[in-house]
Amino acid sequence: MAKRIEVNGLDIYYGNFLAVQGVSMTIQPQSVTALIGPSGCGKSTFLRTLNRMHELVPGARVEGKVVMDDQDLYGADVDPVNVRRQIGMVFQRPNPFPTMSIYDNVVAGVKLNSKRMKKADMDALVERSLRAANLWDEVKDRLSKPGSGLSGGQQQRLCIARAVAVQPEVLLMDEPCSALDPISTMAIEDLMMQLKSEYTIVIVTHNMQQAARVSDTTGFFNLKAVGEPGGLVEVDATDKIFSNPSVQATEDYISGRFG
Amino acid sequence: MSTTPTTSESREAGPVGPDKADLQPARLTHGSLPRRAAPGVLLAAAVLGAALWLLGVFGPVAATLLAAALYTAGLYLWSRSVEGARKAFDRFVTAMVTSAFLLALLPLVSVLFTVFDRGFERFDAEFFTYSMRNVVGEGGGVHHALFGTLIITGLATLIAVPIGMLTAIYLVEYGRGRLARYITFFVDVMTGIPSIVAGLFAVALFQLFLGPAARMGVMGAVALSVLMIPIVVRSTEEMLKLVPNELREASFALAVPKWRTIMKVVLPTAAAGIGSGVTLAIARVIGETAPLLVAVGMTTSDNFNPFDGRMATLSVFSYTQYASPGVPPVFSLDRAWAAALTLILIVMVLNLLARLIARFFAPKTR
Repeated sequence: MAKRIEVNGLDIYYGNFLAVQGVSMTIQPQSVTALIGPSGCGKSTFLRTLNRMHELVPGARVEGKVVMDDQDLYGADVDPVNVRRQIGMVFQRPNPFPTMSIYDNVVAGVKLNSKRMKKADMDALVERSLRAANLWDEVKDRLSKPGSGLSGGQQQRLCIARAVAVQPEVLLMDEPCSALDPISTMAIEDLMMQLKSEYTIVIVTHNMQQAARVSDTTGFFNLKAVGEPGGLVEVDATDKIFSNPSVQATEDYISGRFG
Repeated sequence: MSTTPTTSESREAGPVGPDKADLQPARLTHGSLPRRAAPGVLLAAAVLGAALWLLGVFGPVAATLLAAALYTAGLYLWSRSVEGARKAFDRFVTAMVTSAFLLALLPLVSVLFTVFDRGFERFDAEFFTYSMRNVVGEGGGVHHALFGTLIITGLATLIAVPIGMLTAIYLVEYGRGRLARYITFFVDVMTGIPSIVAGLFAVALFQLFLGPAARMGVMGAVALSVLMIPIVVRSTEEMLKLVPNELREASFALAVPKWRTIMKVVLPTAAAGIGSGVTLAIARVIGETAPLLVAVGMTTSDNFNPFDGRMATLSVFSYTQYASPGVPPVFSLDRAWAAALTLILIVMVLNLLARLIARFFAPKTR
């Protein structure tokens, strides 16, 4: 399932404002890649370019290449909807659909696209996705209740189940634990460890311990100066970034000397 | 210190607190008026005002105003001497706000009372089962006008709701730049169109095709829809803006195309607000008189075909019965009031319906 993404010389703009400059990195399949860095340095912006969510902001555009399966995601004839079918996303704040039940939230990706599916298949999909998100035991008796009645941590796992249910190749997570308590965070970190056997996972996090715990590769983003665009400072194996980074700024950030 | 027992050293160091002599404690209490002070002063002022009125010193309006002024001033001064300046000002403002509220309520209650009082004279079964065909003087009813109003307003809704909702969807979900700004501007302008102008527009439009004598129910529906569209656009737009962008992004991230996202995520989430907004827009136009007077005219018989000739409507019925009563005029005037009462009841039902819609369609959390 999982796929490799190669990013090459990516410049990201909001209108005429260059937000992120010159990102080149390879995101390995079946691994967790963490993106860390101070606020406003373009981690989330970069993440959103990977499944073409960035362009939903009016005037936003990119230059450069993002290649998956030998296809440039920003090629002329690429349909963003097809890109998002391959690359799913989990957001910072849990956002289950308030009009739908837990069950309908999980199969939202199927139902909203009006795909035909047998009831039994759909039931199986719901159970499989909720089990994958470690939520099945907690909600199996109230699948028809609204998703917004769950706790924040459960809602976030529901959103992960929803993203997993459409069987993407890559899962992007934008600070998925920042609104959650340590117990829910642990549940989601365990989940990431399980999911990485099947998916390519990219996670943006402000929590460096989290990056050290769950990721195989870590990329450090930073602003050169106030008003300058952000950029990728270095990307390497997580062990190396956290023990012996090759750039001084990375070490300063990780050791808490700034940021 | 003097009250503290000094039997042992440990007692002195215990939780007695600092020496009261050299620390002035902050004053946390102040005097307060008795619990029924405000109603009491109000009663006294009211009794005084009533007495002056009954003695013939003042008229009823002047006596009421005097009582209100006495209550405000009396309570303020009393409170100021007991409770202090801030509390007194609080009571003063409370009195002013309450007075303004009552003043605003006065015309509403008066209208409702008058309409109910006079409207019940003819609010009977005959009134709803008979038209005015061959009726001179006593009897007759609004059968023709009631259904005329419902048909014309229903048609207007059928025209205005799709146009208004689609415009709002364009403005919120797609509209960027100049076109969206122009549309917003013209919707604002449309909100201010006098209703008679909408009626004249419909007449002018249909007379282009049907000649100068054209009067039809559908012309009234077009006129009403012109008045309704901006209201529907505005309320739908506000409701769509309330849908969190996160839900749209969540849907996009599941590879749902934009139009499906709008149809299946955005609109259902906003359904309650849109439904009640549309209902209130209907309530707003159902009582319009001027555009229907010029575009639909009036008839005394049942005509439920909006594409053929004049139709009766409740508002115009009420107007014509009042404007040209027969001899004696009392039967006509009773019918006019009863028609007005019917209209008010319809609007009330629509408002209740709007609330029910808002409650039933709101996203649930349990």
